[in-house]
Amino acid sequence: MNVPLIVFFALAAIAVLGAVSLIWQKHPIHSALSLIVVMVALAGLYLLMGAEFVAAVQIIVYGGAIMVLFVFVIMLLNAGAEERTSFSSLAKFAGVPLAAALLCTLAALMLTSHEQVQTAAQPGVTAPTKALSAQLFQEFVYPFELTSFLILIAIIGAMVLAQRDRKESHL
Amino acid sequence: MIPTNYYLFLSAILFGLGVVAFIFRRNIITIFMSIELMLNAVNLAFVAFSQAWNHLSGQVFVLFVIVVAAAEAAVGLGIIILIQRNRQSLNVERVDLLKL
Repeated sequence: MNVPLIVFFALAAIAVLGAVSLIWQKHPIHSALSLIVVMVALAGLYLLMGAEFVAAVQIIVYGGAIMVLFVFVIMLLNAGAEERTSFSSLAKFAGVPLAAALLCTLAALMLTSHEQVQTAAQPGVTAPTKALSAQLFQEFVYPFELTSFLILIAIIGAMVLAQRDRKESHL
Repeated sequence: MIPTNYYLFLSAILFGLGVVAFIFRRNIITIFMSIELMLNAVNLAFVAFSQAWNHLSGQVFVLFVIVVAAAEAAVGLGIIILIQRNRQSLNVERVDLLKL
Protein backbone atom coordinates (compact mmCIF):
# COMPACT_ATOMS: atom_id res chain seq x y z
CA MET A 1 0.00 0.00 0.00
CA ASN A 2 1.36 3.36 -0.94
CA VAL A 3 1.39 6.40 1.30
CA PRO A 4 -1.44 8.47 -0.31
CA LEU A 5 -3.80 5.53 0.01
CA ILE A 6 -3.02 5.18 3.72
CA VAL A 7 -3.55 8.92 4.22
CA PHE A 8 -6.83 8.68 2.29
CA PHE A 9 -8.16 5.86 4.42
CA ALA A 10 -7.11 7.60 7.65
CA LEU A 11 -8.83 10.85 6.66
CA ALA A 12 -11.89 9.02 5.35
CA ALA A 13 -12.20 7.11 8.63
CA ILE A 14 -11.93 10.35 10.60
CA ALA A 15 -14.61 11.98 8.43
CA VAL A 16 -17.03 9.06 8.72
CA LEU A 17 -16.47 8.75 12.48
CA GLY A 18 -17.09 12.49 12.86
CA ALA A 19 -20.33 12.21 10.89
CA VAL A 20 -21.49 9.23 12.97
CA SER A 21 -20.62 11.18 16.10
CA LEU A 22 -22.71 14.11 14.80
CA ILE A 23 -25.72 11.78 14.73
CA TRP A 24 -24.87 10.06 17.99
CA GLN A 25 -24.21 13.01 20.33
CA LYS A 26 -27.14 14.31 22.30
CA HIS A 27 -25.81 17.80 22.90
CA PRO A 28 -25.66 20.27 19.98
CA ILE A 29 -22.23 21.59 20.96
CA HIS A 30 -20.78 18.07 20.69
CA SER A 31 -22.42 17.69 17.29
CA ALA A 32 -20.89 21.00 16.19
CA LEU A 33 -17.42 19.91 17.28
CA SER A 34 -17.87 16.60 15.40
CA LEU A 35 -18.82 18.55 12.29
CA ILE A 36 -15.63 20.61 12.62
CA VAL A 37 -13.64 17.34 12.69
CA VAL A 38 -15.40 16.23 9.48
CA MET A 39 -14.59 19.52 7.78
CA VAL A 40 -10.92 19.45 8.71
CA ALA A 41 -10.67 15.85 7.45
CA LEU A 42 -12.29 16.90 4.16
CA ALA A 43 -9.80 19.76 3.86
CA GLY A 44 -7.05 17.17 4.18
CA LEU A 45 -8.66 15.15 1.39
CA TYR A 46 -8.77 18.24 -0.83
CA LEU A 47 -5.06 18.74 -0.21
CA LEU A 48 -4.52 15.10 -1.15
CA MET A 49 -6.30 15.76 -4.44
CA GLY A 50 -4.13 18.78 -5.12
CA ALA A 51 -6.87 21.37 -4.60
CA GLU A 52 -4.93 23.66 -2.28
CA PHE A 53 -7.12 26.72 -2.64
CA VAL A 54 -10.33 24.79 -1.95
CA ALA A 55 -8.68 23.23 1.10
CA ALA A 56 -7.70 26.66 2.42
CA VAL A 57 -11.20 28.04 1.80
CA GLN A 58 -12.69 24.98 3.48
CA ILE A 59 -10.67 25.64 6.63
CA ILE A 60 -11.12 29.42 6.65
CA VAL A 61 -14.78 29.71 5.64
CA TYR A 62 -16.27 26.46 6.91
CA GLY A 63 -14.10 25.77 9.92
CA GLY A 64 -13.38 29.38 10.71
CA ALA A 65 -16.56 31.29 9.93
CA ILE A 66 -19.61 29.08 9.55
CA MET A 67 -18.85 26.74 12.44
CA VAL A 68 -17.90 29.64 14.72
CA LEU A 69 -21.33 31.08 13.89
CA PHE A 70 -22.94 27.77 14.85
CA VAL A 71 -21.02 27.48 18.11
CA PHE A 72 -21.79 31.11 18.89
CA VAL A 73 -25.53 30.58 18.38
CA ILE A 74 -25.51 27.41 20.49
CA MET A 75 -23.76 29.40 23.23
CA LEU A 76 -26.11 32.37 22.86
CA LEU A 77 -29.24 30.24 23.08
CA ASN A 78 -27.75 28.10 25.85
CA ALA A 79 -29.03 25.04 24.00
CA GLY A 80 -29.22 21.98 26.20
CA ALA A 81 -29.30 18.30 25.32
CA GLU A 82 -32.15 17.61 22.98
CA GLU A 83 -35.31 16.06 24.34
CA ARG A 84 -36.55 12.91 22.69
CA THR A 85 -40.02 13.26 21.32
CA SER A 86 -41.93 10.87 19.14
CA PHE A 87 -41.58 11.13 15.40
CA SER A 88 -44.17 12.98 13.47
CA SER A 89 -46.22 10.62 11.33
CA LEU A 90 -44.85 12.25 8.18
CA ALA A 91 -41.26 11.47 9.21
CA LYS A 92 -42.20 7.93 10.17
CA PHE A 93 -44.21 6.93 7.14
CA ALA A 94 -42.61 9.00 4.39
CA GLY A 95 -39.22 10.21 5.59
CA VAL A 96 -37.66 7.00 6.88
CA PRO A 97 -38.66 4.82 3.86
CA LEU A 98 -37.50 7.51 1.46
CA ALA A 99 -34.15 7.85 3.23
CA ALA A 100 -33.76 4.06 3.18
CA ALA A 101 -34.60 4.04 -0.54
CA LEU A 102 -32.02 6.75 -1.21
CA LEU A 103 -29.32 4.90 0.71
CA CYS A 104 -30.14 1.60 -1.02
CA THR A 105 -30.07 3.25 -4.46
CA LEU A 106 -26.69 4.84 -3.75
CA ALA A 107 -25.28 1.58 -2.41
CA ALA A 108 -26.61 -0.41 -5.37
CA LEU A 109 -25.17 2.08 -7.86
CA MET A 110 -21.81 1.98 -6.10
CA LEU A 111 -21.68 -1.81 -5.99
CA THR A 112 -22.95 -2.56 -9.49
CA SER A 113 -21.07 0.14 -11.37
CA HIS A 114 -18.03 -1.42 -13.00
CA GLU A 115 -17.36 1.59 -15.12
CA GLN A 116 -14.25 3.23 -13.78
CA VAL A 117 -14.18 6.97 -13.89
CA GLN A 118 -11.19 7.64 -16.05
CA THR A 119 -8.29 8.92 -14.07
CA ALA A 120 -6.14 11.32 -15.94
CA ALA A 121 -2.42 10.75 -15.72
CA GLN A 122 -1.48 13.35 -13.15
CA PRO A 123 -2.10 16.84 -14.14
CA GLY A 124 -1.00 19.15 -16.84
CA VAL A 125 -2.11 21.88 -14.46
CA THR A 126 1.09 23.08 -12.87
CA ALA A 127 -0.31 26.02 -10.88
CA PRO A 128 -3.85 24.99 -9.88
CA THR A 129 -4.59 28.14 -7.88
CA LYS A 130 -3.51 30.40 -10.71
CA ALA A 131 -5.55 28.40 -13.22
CA LEU A 132 -8.48 28.35 -10.80
CA SER A 133 -8.49 32.12 -10.44
CA ALA A 134 -8.26 32.53 -14.21
CA GLN A 135 -11.25 30.25 -14.64
CA LEU A 136 -13.19 31.98 -11.87
CA PHE A 137 -12.66 35.49 -13.23
CA GLN A 138 -12.99 34.69 -16.92
CA GLU A 139 -15.36 31.85 -17.64
CA PHE A 140 -17.42 32.15 -14.45
CA VAL A 141 -17.34 35.91 -13.97
CA TYR A 142 -21.13 36.41 -14.19
CA PRO A 143 -21.99 33.69 -11.66
CA PHE A 144 -19.25 35.15 -9.46
CA GLU A 145 -20.88 38.59 -9.59
CA LEU A 146 -24.26 37.02 -8.88
CA THR A 147 -22.91 35.46 -5.69
CA SER A 148 -22.10 38.95 -4.45
CA PHE A 149 -25.79 39.80 -4.89
CA LEU A 150 -26.64 36.66 -2.96
CA ILE A 151 -24.40 37.72 -0.09
CA LEU A 152 -25.93 41.21 -0.13
CA ILE A 153 -29.42 39.69 0.08
CA ALA A 154 -28.28 37.44 2.94
CA ILE A 155 -26.89 40.45 4.84
CA ILE A 156 -30.15 42.37 4.39
CA GLY A 157 -32.18 39.31 5.37
CA ALA A 158 -30.13 38.73 8.52
CA MET A 159 -30.50 42.41 9.48
CA VAL A 160 -34.26 42.34 8.92
CA LEU A 161 -34.57 39.17 11.01
CA ALA A 162 -32.51 40.70 13.81
CA GLN A 163 -34.48 43.94 13.72
CA ARG A 164 -37.95 42.40 13.71
CA ASP A 165 -38.10 41.28 17.33
CA ARG A 166 -37.64 44.85 18.49
CA LYS A 167 -40.96 45.99 17.03
CA GLU A 168 -43.19 42.95 17.29
CA SER A 169 -42.41 40.12 19.63
CA HIS A 170 -44.22 37.34 17.81
CA LEU A 171 -43.44 35.67 14.49
CA MET B 1 -2.99 7.83 -7.24
CA ILE B 2 -6.24 7.10 -5.45
CA PRO B 3 -9.14 5.89 -7.63
CA THR B 4 -11.94 8.44 -8.00
CA ASN B 5 -14.45 5.74 -7.03
CA TYR B 6 -13.11 5.80 -3.47
CA TYR B 7 -13.84 9.51 -3.15
CA LEU B 8 -17.33 9.06 -4.58
CA PHE B 9 -17.98 6.21 -2.17
CA LEU B 10 -16.92 8.36 0.79
CA SER B 11 -19.04 11.22 -0.54
CA ALA B 12 -22.11 8.94 -0.76
CA ILE B 13 -21.52 7.67 2.80
CA LEU B 14 -21.26 11.20 4.17
CA PHE B 15 -24.36 12.32 2.27
CA GLY B 16 -26.31 9.32 3.58
CA LEU B 17 -25.24 10.07 7.15
CA GLY B 18 -26.36 13.66 6.62
CA VAL B 19 -29.79 12.47 5.48
CA VAL B 20 -30.05 10.15 8.49
CA ALA B 21 -29.13 12.98 10.85
CA PHE B 22 -31.62 15.27 9.13
CA ILE B 23 -34.47 12.83 9.70
CA PHE B 24 -33.65 11.46 13.13
CA ARG B 25 -32.51 14.50 15.06
CA ARG B 26 -35.03 16.78 16.75
CA ASN B 27 -32.85 19.77 17.57
CA ILE B 28 -33.17 22.45 14.89
CA ILE B 29 -29.50 23.46 15.14
CA THR B 30 -28.37 19.86 14.63
CA ILE B 31 -30.70 19.52 11.64
CA PHE B 32 -29.08 22.64 10.21
CA MET B 33 -25.63 21.13 10.76
CA SER B 34 -26.67 17.96 8.93
CA ILE B 35 -27.50 20.12 5.92
CA GLU B 36 -23.94 21.48 6.07
CA LEU B 37 -22.68 17.89 6.19
CA MET B 38 -24.60 17.06 3.01
CA LEU B 39 -23.21 20.14 1.27
CA ASN B 40 -19.72 19.03 2.26
CA ALA B 41 -20.32 15.57 0.82
CA VAL B 42 -21.38 17.09 -2.49
CA ASN B 43 -18.29 19.33 -2.46
CA LEU B 44 -16.11 16.25 -2.09
CA ALA B 45 -17.73 14.69 -5.16
CA PHE B 46 -17.21 17.92 -7.13
CA VAL B 47 -13.50 18.08 -6.31
CA ALA B 48 -13.08 14.35 -7.04
CA PHE B 49 -14.60 14.76 -10.52
CA SER B 50 -12.57 17.92 -11.06
CA GLN B 51 -9.43 15.91 -10.40
CA ALA B 52 -10.57 12.92 -12.45
CA TRP B 53 -11.23 14.90 -15.60
CA ASN B 54 -8.41 17.32 -14.98
CA HIS B 55 -10.78 20.24 -15.32
CA LEU B 56 -11.08 23.06 -12.80
CA SER B 57 -14.79 23.86 -13.17
CA GLY B 58 -15.59 21.47 -10.33
CA GLN B 59 -13.45 23.46 -7.92
CA VAL B 60 -15.14 26.70 -9.01
CA PHE B 61 -18.53 25.11 -8.25
CA VAL B 62 -17.24 24.20 -4.80
CA LEU B 63 -16.47 27.86 -4.15
CA PHE B 64 -20.03 28.78 -5.15
CA VAL B 65 -21.47 26.07 -2.90
CA ILE B 66 -19.43 27.44 0.01
CA VAL B 67 -20.76 30.96 -0.64
CA VAL B 68 -24.34 29.66 -0.66
CA ALA B 69 -23.67 27.71 2.55
CA ALA B 70 -22.34 30.83 4.25
CA ALA B 71 -25.36 32.91 3.21
CA GLU B 72 -27.66 30.11 4.30
CA ALA B 73 -25.96 29.87 7.70
CA ALA B 74 -26.27 33.61 8.32
CA VAL B 75 -29.99 33.77 7.52
CA GLY B 76 -30.86 30.36 8.98
CA LEU B 77 -29.23 31.02 12.32
CA GLY B 78 -31.10 34.35 12.52
CA ILE B 79 -34.34 32.44 12.02
CA ILE B 80 -33.29 29.89 14.67
CA ILE B 81 -32.71 32.69 17.19
CA LEU B 82 -36.19 34.07 16.45
CA ILE B 83 -37.74 30.62 16.88
CA GLN B 84 -36.02 30.23 20.24
CA ARG B 85 -37.28 33.68 21.31
CA ASN B 86 -40.86 32.94 20.34
CA ARG B 87 -41.23 29.26 21.22
CA GLN B 88 -38.70 28.91 24.06
CA SER B 89 -37.69 25.61 22.48
CA LEU B 90 -35.33 24.35 19.80
CA ASN B 91 -37.30 21.16 19.24
CA VAL B 92 -38.75 21.04 15.72
CA GLU B 93 -41.81 19.23 17.05
CA ARG B 94 -42.72 22.34 19.03
CA VAL B 95 -42.79 24.51 15.92
CA ASP B 96 -46.14 23.26 14.69
CA LEU B 97 -48.31 26.32 14.17
CA LEU B 98 -48.97 25.43 10.54
CA LYS B 99 -49.67 21.78 11.29
CA LEU B 100 -53.18 20.35 11.12
